[in-house]
Amino acid sequence: MFGLLRKLWLLIRREKFHSDLSEEIDFHREQTERRLQEEGMSPDSAHYAAIRRLGNEARVKEKSHDVVGFQFETALQDFRYALRQLRKNPAFAVVAILVLTLGTSASIAIFAFVDAALVKPLPYSNPARLVDVAESHALISRSNLSRLDFLDWRSLNTVFSAIDAYTGSGYLLRGTSGSEVVYGGRVTSGFFNTLGVTPLLGRTFYPGEDASNAPPVVVLAYSTWQKRFGARTEVIGQTVSLSDVAYTIIGVLPRGFEFAPQGQAEFWTPLQPSPGCESRRSCHNLYGVARLKDGVSLASALAEMRLIAADLERQYPDSNREQSASLQPLSELIVGEIRPILLTLLAAALVLLMIAAVNVASLLLVRSESRRREMAVRGALGASRARLIRQFVTEALVLVISQLIFGLIAAYLSMQLLMKLIPPDKALRMPYLQAAGINSHVLLFAAAIGCLSAVLFSVTPMLRLPLREIRDGLSEAGRGSIGTVWRRLGSNLVVVELSLAMMLLVGAGLLGKSLYRLLHVDLGFEPDHLATLRVAGPDADYRKPEQAVALGREVLDRVSALPGVKSVAITTILPVSFNGNTVWVKFLDRPFHGEHNEVNQRIVSSGYFTTLETQLLRGRYFSDAADASKPSVVLINQAMATQYFPGEDPVGRKFVYQSFDTQPREIIGVVGDIKDGQLDSQVWPTIYLPFNQDPDAHFSLVVRTSQSEESILPSLAATVHAIDPAIATRDEATMTGRINDSQSAYLHRSSAVLVAGFAALALLLGVVGLYGVIAYSVSQRTREIGVRMALGAERGSVYRLILNEASRLTVMGIVAGIVFSLMATSLIGKLLFSVRSWDVATLVSVAAVLASAALLASFVPARRAASVNPVEALRTE
Amino acid sequence: MPKKPDLLPGTLDMLILKTLSRAPLHGYGIAQAIKQLSDDVLTVEEGSLYPALQRLLLQGWVKAEWKMTETNRRARYYTLTAAGRKQLGIELSEFEQMIVAISRVLQNA
Repeated sequence: MFGLLRKLWLLIRREKFHSDLSEEIDFHREQTERRLQEEGMSPDSAHYAAIRRLGNEARVKEKSHDVVGFQFETALQDFRYALRQLRKNPAFAVVAILVLTLGTSASIAIFAFVDAALVKPLPYSNPARLVDVAESHALISRSNLSRLDFLDWRSLNTVFSAIDAYTGSGYLLRGTSGSEVVYGGRVTSGFFNTLGVTPLLGRTFYPGEDASNAPPVVVLAYSTWQKRFGARTEVIGQTVSLSDVAYTIIGVLPRGFEFAPQGQAEFWTPLQPSPGCESRRSCHNLYGVARLKDGVSLASALAEMRLIAADLERQYPDSNREQSASLQPLSELIVGEIRPILLTLLAAALVLLMIAAVNVASLLLVRSESRRREMAVRGALGASRARLIRQFVTEALVLVISQLIFGLIAAYLSMQLLMKLIPPDKALRMPYLQAAGINSHVLLFAAAIGCLSAVLFSVTPMLRLPLREIRDGLSEAGRGSIGTVWRRLGSNLVVVELSLAMMLLVGAGLLGKSLYRLLHVDLGFEPDHLATLRVAGPDADYRKPEQAVALGREVLDRVSALPGVKSVAITTILPVSFNGNTVWVKFLDRPFHGEHNEVNQRIVSSGYFTTLETQLLRGRYFSDAADASKPSVVLINQAMATQYFPGEDPVGRKFVYQSFDTQPREIIGVVGDIKDGQLDSQVWPTIYLPFNQDPDAHFSLVVRTSQSEESILPSLAATVHAIDPAIATRDEATMTGRINDSQSAYLHRSSAVLVAGFAALALLLGVVGLYGVIAYSVSQRTREIGVRMALGAERGSVYRLILNEASRLTVMGIVAGIVFSLMATSLIGKLLFSVRSWDVATLVSVAAVLASAALLASFVPARRAASVNPVEALRTE
Repeated sequence: MPKKPDLLPGTLDMLILKTLSRAPLHGYGIAQAIKQLSDDVLTVEEGSLYPALQRLLLQGWVKAEWKMTETNRRARYYTLTAAGRKQLGIELSEFEQMIVAISRVLQNA
């Protein structure tokens, strides 16, 4: 207690303390001097002897000061000194901080997305207990639930405390400026309770509101309420007309609510069973979400659901043949697809950070090299070893603090930028990414980066400066050997840098090649000069088949009359969207045992294949005249012919739909495979029905143009609206645009572009690192080179000498990089499309890029070495 | 110059306190006293003496004041406090126990 008070007192009176101490020590020295003189020494020698006796005066003062001083005082001193060091050497400071900021901000920004998607729980109560419930069969491991199956699953299971079903829907919203297609979610009444979501306003659905006779009600998404209803609280109880049906608004969902599987949904309505599909057990159009009961594991729940599905299969052998159950955590459904991408990006960013850190570490090595004398002088003047070490630690801390500050700022800015780069429709599919920001997890992550960097940056210069050698540093003699030691350590570091850069380059190369392969996959049609548009006629006016047929004809006529249009066609589902919307078919002329022959079903107008420029392989196209008065005809794709008619001619064969009786449909032709699903998906067996036989007022247009397809888009929509302003249009896009923006292309491209960006930075840093090592080595070997040249070495051999050194390092880096890349393949493997992770062409070309960049970087110092003037070189030492 | 034996670790504080128990002294005086009393065997490094004095001041075992020497020079004199005297007692008895223990080991080993 007394001690602390005295310390505080002395802190205030620090100057007095020091002057007292100085006076005391002076007194001591004078006394010694006098005594020595009395013992017979000459005044002069007595004077110096007394000084020697006293030893290192600065050390005495510092130690005395340490007794009464506070730790932070010297820390502050070291800190100020470190700042002065950085200011004195601005080139080093700028480069080091810039390089570190690059690596740090990339890592932090990517981590923030990883945190938002993979670490942060979904915004539901106790989300870890929520599971995605679906059926499964041979073709698809996760397939839609049939409503009747869902109802049985709900009543028979003992593993869920709640289970609900959902599906998407679309509505026509009439407005002052024409109609608009809006998306909705249809959910069973307990859906929001199961998720544990409480509405912002009003209520969610009461039990029973999903019965077919219940009055229509709707819950609004927060953004809908903001955008379409002016955020007025009076909307509760008012009605909104969706597809000409008046729905009473009963609630508004909270702002933070998101449900990625139905990310576009603006209006949530109870799932009142539709008369057709949702009353047939064979029709699958729902997905389930359930909450596991306490103590029930996913595995045991799955086991029970499989048993229930097996019971239903026995009970309903027609519809439920081979229909089993599939469960997975809800989070897996939502982020499963993006997880490998995010983890790859995080790994890439961390590798970049490592390169940056190694780069700065080697800069610190060079600097500690040039500071050997400074350290020796400080040591000789009495700085203790611990104090010198502390100086390094402080300098490292200064570096790390600026790294973190700039890193966090740059990370924040790049996150804003990345967020803006996510197209709106993708953002709706990945709503969780909106939550990315600088939060406590991210700060913790940044702190971890800071700690590791601090250790690296304080240890590296210390390693290089064995403090017991301080005295040697004062003499110039040790110079040659120091150079060698540094070269060895520095060059090892540059090998690490080059190998890490190689690894990122390989990753970028593989992802780039994947993307190229994906975008150049055989689509089965010619995507250039194709424009597309979705059209939806209100049910009130176009529900009857003949009305829909007439609408189709009218649209086709008017659009084909537009200037620049070569041909136009209708389809219910555009290419490169999804596989699904399937039917089960039963072939008439062969034995049938109830197996599910599941095929995609698309309804297209007669000109569809000629417009897409898809080949007719057999038979003929259907004509515009094929309508309800004629026998039903279909075209099938090649995949279907191969699967169901191997070695036979399918033309002329007939089938019916298995689950509901219709007239037989005759196959009249086989067309080439069109990629209906995502670019990386397989082509499924598909049947094409004539639009005029199965018309639908909701369809898409494909328009083949003779000039730019982009320029026709506005007139397309205008043409449709000219027929009837109540018809809604949506998603006007070019086919190539659709393909480039498709989910698979988008995900592949984002990962390829980001990894390529990291790789380019890594290449830059690695090559700069190599340049640094070679340049330093040349500067250290000037004398050696001078001797060689004085002894008659050619300039060419000097080039060789330097370039040999550079290529040895580069080759080591490349080889190590290839080994690292092969070790990392398991991570990236999931992201590759028709490229193997050990793709030789990629490895070779990436190695070539790195090698030539490295050669370029070492050529400059080699040139300098070759132009050494031997006389001057020898004189400089 | 033959190397003088180092002070036993931890004994410097005790020697200073003991020296001051006879009369107040300045730093130089303390060093000289220890040297003379030990017949030139023990030398106190100035590098340790002044930090040690600061430590003792901090503990409140000695107090310091500036006075004039007999040669009319200003010098800082250190005086043992009551707490310092008590501390000296503790250290002496601890030291004696230690010496007894060490000599037992040396005799019997």
